[in-house]
Amino acid sequence: MDILYKNLLAFSWQDLVMIMIGCMLIYLAIGKEMEPSLLLPMGFGTILVNIPFSDALHGPIQSLYNAGIANELFPLLLFIGIGAMIDFGPLLTNPKLMFFGAAAQFGIFFTLCMASVFFPTIDAASIAIIGAADGPTSIAVANTLGSRYVGAITVAAYSYMALVPIIQPPVIKLLTTKKERMIKMPYEQKSVSKMTRIMFPIIITIVASAIVPQATALIGFLMFGNLIRECGVLDSLSETAQKVLANLITIFLGISVAFNMTSEQFLKVDTLLILGLGLIAFIVDTAGGVLFAKFINLFSKKKINPMIGAAGISAFPMSGRIVHKMGLEEDPQNFLLMHSIGVNVSGQIASVIAGGIILNLFS
Amino acid sequence: MNLSSFALILSAATAAPDLFFNLGNFVHNLKYMGIGMLVIFVVIGIIIFAINIINYLFSK
Repeated sequence: MDILYKNLLAFSWQDLVMIMIGCMLIYLAIGKEMEPSLLLPMGFGTILVNIPFSDALHGPIQSLYNAGIANELFPLLLFIGIGAMIDFGPLLTNPKLMFFGAAAQFGIFFTLCMASVFFPTIDAASIAIIGAADGPTSIAVANTLGSRYVGAITVAAYSYMALVPIIQPPVIKLLTTKKERMIKMPYEQKSVSKMTRIMFPIIITIVASAIVPQATALIGFLMFGNLIRECGVLDSLSETAQKVLANLITIFLGISVAFNMTSEQFLKVDTLLILGLGLIAFIVDTAGGVLFAKFINLFSKKKINPMIGAAGISAFPMSGRIVHKMGLEEDPQNFLLMHSIGVNVSGQIASVIAGGIILNLFS
Repeated sequence: MNLSSFALILSAATAAPDLFFNLGNFVHNLKYMGIGMLVIFVVIGIIIFAINIINYLFSK
């Protein structure tokens, strides 16, 4: 009869807390619809690995972790799907928007300095990459650097990506005036040739990788996915990458990240600090983009709506849509979507380059 | 504050921290901030130049 209660008595309060955290992640995914594709598998995986004597932890979850997270394979495969989903057209018609994507990565390096006050350099760099606002980049960089905090970093990155609609608007309003938010930016429709769309991913891969070789895998897989989309002769592969591949890898990624969500690894003061630093990264990213746009306006005759700088964060397409919505709230005739989406996709490229720079500096 | 948040904070506060506090590191790492942002802007600048070349060569 002791089989009925022997395992139950093995539960510690830490296990119960982690199971509650797993349930909370599931609630956020289903009840609040916050990044459900990642938070739900992560939440359920957290439950599985925190049951005493669970055969899931050192069985299939560890196998999946070794097969796809420890060697950075899953994030890179997911990037193929993400690249296939992105239309770089708005960016190709106005390439200068990419500078705002660059400016919005400031939060990464600011958070690096902040995190280094509390953590060793490797962990500080891994925590800083939360500011890339990109799950695959965060996981890939944290793993390559050998950080102990991959689980907390992943939870922070995906949670804050889902909270972008709450985090960004107050920061934007704090740093801009109503007059600035009402600046109109007319969009001139320009067509982009098919050859340009095909050459873009190839040239970007070569250029970015030549300068920052540690970003080759990240930028290469992203651009490979985009090339599949734009070449025009691989429609079935493009569709597979966007849907089947992306969804499959998302399931595996979400549940295997739970390998780092045991109570021993997660329930520490460090975790709270990481969550706080991740929030700072997102806030400073937003501020960096907005302030850069305001700086450009000092010298530019054609004024830029500084809100589009905030879209340089890599949370695609949410950040672009938020900026467009805020523009409409100020002036229903102000359509910022094409500009903000262009900046948003440039943020995707800039965040990957930033990840490569972090690896270059600290690995 | 719900029960799960309270439990998380309580458990984290009582866990043995594996942290230090060194403000000097913030200043020391500012150089990486400068290098990182400079490299990003340079790479993005080169990419913009490359896109303009591509647009010029292959525009309709």
